[in-house]
Amino acid sequence: MKVQQLSVFIENQAGRLADVTGVLARAEISIRALSLADTQDFGILRLIVDDTQRARVVLDEQDFTVGLTDVVAVEIPDVPGGLNGVLKIFDSCDINVEYMYAFVDRNRENNAIVIFRIEDVEDGISRLQAEGVNFVEPAVLYGM
Amino acid sequence: MIWNQEFETLPREALEALQLKRLRATCERVYANVPHYRRAFDAAGFRPEQIRTLADIQRLPFTTKQDLRDNYPYGMFCTPMEQVVRIHASSGTTGKPTVVGYTQRDIETWSELMARCFCAAGVSRGDIVHNSYGYGLFTGGLGAHYGAERVGASVIPMSGGNTKKQIMVMKDFHSTVLTATPSYALHLAEVAEEEGVPMDDLSLRVGIFGAEPWSDEMRAQLESRLHLDAIDIYGLSEIIGPGVAVECLEAKSGMHLMEDHFIAEIIDPDTLEVLPPGEEGELVFTTITKEAFPIIRYRTRDITRLIAEPCRCGRTSWRMQKVSGRSDDMLIIRGVNVFPSQIEALLVECEGVEPHYELVVDRDGSMDTLEVRVEVNDRIFSDEIRHLQALGNRIRKDIKDLYGITARVSLVEPRTIARSQGKAVRVIDRRKEVK
Repeated sequence: MKVQQLSVFIENQAGRLADVTGVLARAEISIRALSLADTQDFGILRLIVDDTQRARVVLDEQDFTVGLTDVVAVEIPDVPGGLNGVLKIFDSCDINVEYMYAFVDRNRENNAIVIFRIEDVEDGISRLQAEGVNFVEPAVLYGM
Repeated sequence: MIWNQEFETLPREALEALQLKRLRATCERVYANVPHYRRAFDAAGFRPEQIRTLADIQRLPFTTKQDLRDNYPYGMFCTPMEQVVRIHASSGTTGKPTVVGYTQRDIETWSELMARCFCAAGVSRGDIVHNSYGYGLFTGGLGAHYGAERVGASVIPMSGGNTKKQIMVMKDFHSTVLTATPSYALHLAEVAEEEGVPMDDLSLRVGIFGAEPWSDEMRAQLESRLHLDAIDIYGLSEIIGPGVAVECLEAKSGMHLMEDHFIAEIIDPDTLEVLPPGEEGELVFTTITKEAFPIIRYRTRDITRLIAEPCRCGRTSWRMQKVSGRSDDMLIIRGVNVFPSQIEALLVECEGVEPHYELVVDRDGSMDTLEVRVEVNDRIFSDEIRHLQALGNRIRKDIKDLYGITARVSLVEPRTIARSQGKAVRVIDRRKEVK
């Protein structure tokens, strides 16, 4: 259930973001989900792509600093209260959310997908599954 | 005005005879009491008794900052600790400071030399001295304080910081003399202007500025903005503190050396050959009256030249020109000595890894600024913003703890910092650029 997410360090300079997406585009790598966290001076671009290892190699070749992080993808009913319900389960399991980002997939019927970074991934997955949380398989995510 | 007429106007022959006598006595004392000097003299194959002329000083070994570091804290002291009544320190290259000591007599000497400096700047017992040099381990604050008291002026021990309050005090207490680093003095001027305090409301007449190099352009700025005469003073704690040399009000051209207490030489920093007056090179000092912490041929790393021509003020001492640079990589930022290698050691300790980094020194108005740019690499990088920010904060805090300066820490992408040859740290000092 662990999904691999790439993190890329980017200075707050015009064009840097496009440089990253340009590299991925030329390597014909498809971005499945992304989020950009920023401070005054720099940003961290978080990406879920269809070919994690290859993406890492091409970004590395272009001297980007790339990290790999384990995250989870949760299926959430795409209705008001859907996210709230899931977060209440996280809370009851005492699971801390470092960050999250969401997207809606038209193939998912009435569900949205939310990517979560949590502290103890393995432990978190088993406890949340026990409470009925639905995770999306990594392979499914990459291939969407 | 000359404080000590007799010694400040000694004919050169009499001065040199005095220097020779004092040099021999100092060498005998350090040879007998300080293991470092006994080893160094023996290695040079030269004994104090062999000193016959002043030129023999060239046969004595040099002393470097490394020697002081190797003898931390009290290894270079020449008297028992019971006789040491004061201890000061300045920053060393690896985090350990350079420690110096003073006997009661050394404090007397220091006060006398600082009194000469104040007098050379036209300061006397009717003056009110506003002392903004830092009080503490740094020699500046107490050095200036004792000198001002010696000439009989009224000393206000302000130390640094709290600029708005300083301006209020300067105005209300009618300070006539300002002692501070030149960049702090400029900062005071700026804040006063911002606060709308007219310079005519202040009573400043003269300023004695040192602890960092400053140009004649800076002098013009200080004089026009603070409505005072700006006088340059030179010193370093390894020699005594401030009071090693000072400009006279009459000429404001070159700083008179206190030659009856310190023998000055200029050497070629590479060949170590002694150069004649007029030629630029590294300044070397030998103390000839200090008791607790005498020092033989100390390499200051400051680059300047000696001026032997007589001065219109009547003093017979030679002068040194304003320091034009360093022969090592030390920076002076807001009057504080900063060694890039210290920052490097700090970065390695922070992350356990030696990142590529560079220091950018600039000036914002009157204040020096320091930016440490660190390249993010795989080991430093964290997916979480707060970890990266924590790294930046930690580096900033360590620099603040070490120097008292708040530096800006910027994390930059790999390969954006130019690679340098060998161990040289990339330092970009924008203060020297023409703006």
